[in-house]
Amino acid sequence: MKIEHKKRIDFLFKAFLLTTGLISILVTVGIVWVLVEDAIRFFAHPESGGFPKSVIRFLTEVHWTPTFETKKIGIWPLLAGTFLIAFIAMAISIPLGLLIAVYLSEFAPHSVRESVKPWLDFLEAVPTVVYGYFALLAVTPILQKIFGYFGVTVEGMNALSPGIVLGIMILPFTASMVEDALRGVPQYLREASYSLGASKLRTAFSVVVPSARSGIIAAYLLGTSRAVGETMVVAIAAGMYPNLTLNPLEPVQTITGYIVQVALGDLPYLSFEYLSIFAAGFALFLITLFFNVLAVYFKSKVERY
Amino acid sequence: MDYKRKERIFEWASIIALVFVLIFLFSIALKLFIDGLHRIFDLSFYTSYPSRFPEKAGILSALVGTLYVMAGAIFWSIILGVPAGIYLEEFGGKGKVARIIEANITNLSAVPSIIYGLLALGIFVYRFKFGESILTAGLTLGLLMLPVIVVATRESLRRIPRAIREGAYALGATNYELVFHHLLPYSIGGILTGVIIAVSRAIGETAPLLTIGALTFIAFLPPPPWEDLIGMLKSPFTVLPIQIFNWVSRPQEAFHKNAAAGGFVLLVVCLLLNSLSYYIRYKVRKKYQW
Repeated sequence: MKIEHKKRIDFLFKAFLLTTGLISILVTVGIVWVLVEDAIRFFAHPESGGFPKSVIRFLTEVHWTPTFETKKIGIWPLLAGTFLIAFIAMAISIPLGLLIAVYLSEFAPHSVRESVKPWLDFLEAVPTVVYGYFALLAVTPILQKIFGYFGVTVEGMNALSPGIVLGIMILPFTASMVEDALRGVPQYLREASYSLGASKLRTAFSVVVPSARSGIIAAYLLGTSRAVGETMVVAIAAGMYPNLTLNPLEPVQTITGYIVQVALGDLPYLSFEYLSIFAAGFALFLITLFFNVLAVYFKSKVERY
Repeated sequence: MDYKRKERIFEWASIIALVFVLIFLFSIALKLFIDGLHRIFDLSFYTSYPSRFPEKAGILSALVGTLYVMAGAIFWSIILGVPAGIYLEEFGGKGKVARIIEANITNLSAVPSIIYGLLALGIFVYRFKFGESILTAGLTLGLLMLPVIVVATRESLRRIPRAIREGAYALGATNYELVFHHLLPYSIGGILTGVIIAVSRAIGETAPLLTIGALTFIAFLPPPPWEDLIGMLKSPFTVLPIQIFNWVSRPQEAFHKNAAAGGFVLLVVCLLLNSLSYYIRYKVRKKYQW
């Protein structure tokens, strides 16, 4: 082959590589484009009262019923459901995740770590619809029995059960990220601590964990972002009723649950119901983006030793 | 309290937490197995179409749909992800374009999957008019898998020592010769591991396919691709997780049994894929020790 040919092929090859990289940017552009365009259409739609009245209704009304005859478009019930479940999930995932990560990184013998890791990986690969099944048909009945013992009724659909399942579902993800952060702490800090007479436990929690705090916070922020955006567990086990409550024993609906509920019906293109899932999706995108950006900020603060 | 005692308490608490999590995993598998027992070992479950009667309903169309959709997803994610990974790791350097692409991919990996469903519904289904088809579903899951493939490609390229690249250039190799003769053959195991991990996640993905309108009552099979590729791509579809979701959200308990059996099948597939990726990673590590 002539050298000119080779040069031309080489140029085309590099251009091809760059193009595929740029396509990934197009995906982001596409996401923002559909969400923004259809959210604007939603707020300009006569059913929502037109701009700017629609935005005020979006932020002040306390009911979310875009699919009903009388359309209320207050986002708060969906936000309450989303954050209630994310809060329960993180309340389980943060302490358990820290405990497991500190143990695996600082205490566990090599053999224990090697044999536990694949199972934690596998926990991450279990399909979410299976977790949903388990939340609805195993965890909820158990909760009903436990609470029933104390005379408290738990509804068949509630926020607590998917919250618990979600917490354990994102646990391997957060635990492995926290573990990575702990391992980034250099050995000499531990040795300095030992040489001052600190015990292993004291070293772990007074030296290693504080040194890795930026990475740990980033891990939990990404975990929260996952809990907020998780769909199937909450769609199956949390209920389909937008409920402005912080009571974990009542049915609630999350943003993702609403999108699933509406998408299951037959959607005429650009109808009010169709547009409403894009408005809800846009809110969800902004919330998760907020957590992701914050996580990136904390990651950038991780000390390099 | 002396520190040894504290340490022992901490260790026990950690081990209990770990055991609790593992028991949780096993009880999920056990629950699915017990609930779905008589359907899992019922051959007709795998050879019949969905039905109004729970005893006659099966997962044939869901299995075939999953196969076609995943084939599409693997195709798109490899064709877009591997070159992008090569670009970022080998040729992007610290340039501005490479940094933007990299930040973008990091962000994409944290976008909730249902948002990809809205992207597919808004753009592929309505603006590009691909319809609620296997093509749309494959593209959507392909994009969802993209960040995992890019990261896996980059990590396995990083493990190849610099000397290989310098040696190739010194002998007058062009960039594409370097990539096709050296970098890809040495990193193929790592890339394959990434693809399998991505597949095991995407195969259970329900939300993005629900939003683009996967049907749950498909009583026919799409035409096989070797006879009618376009017809296959345009065919409506259902996949296993959607079928499970449909069954679990019905009030009749008999359908829950079907959901459990379907969930168990899905779980076993995921476990097999995960073990396969571990096996390949182990083999590759043994083969190339720089």
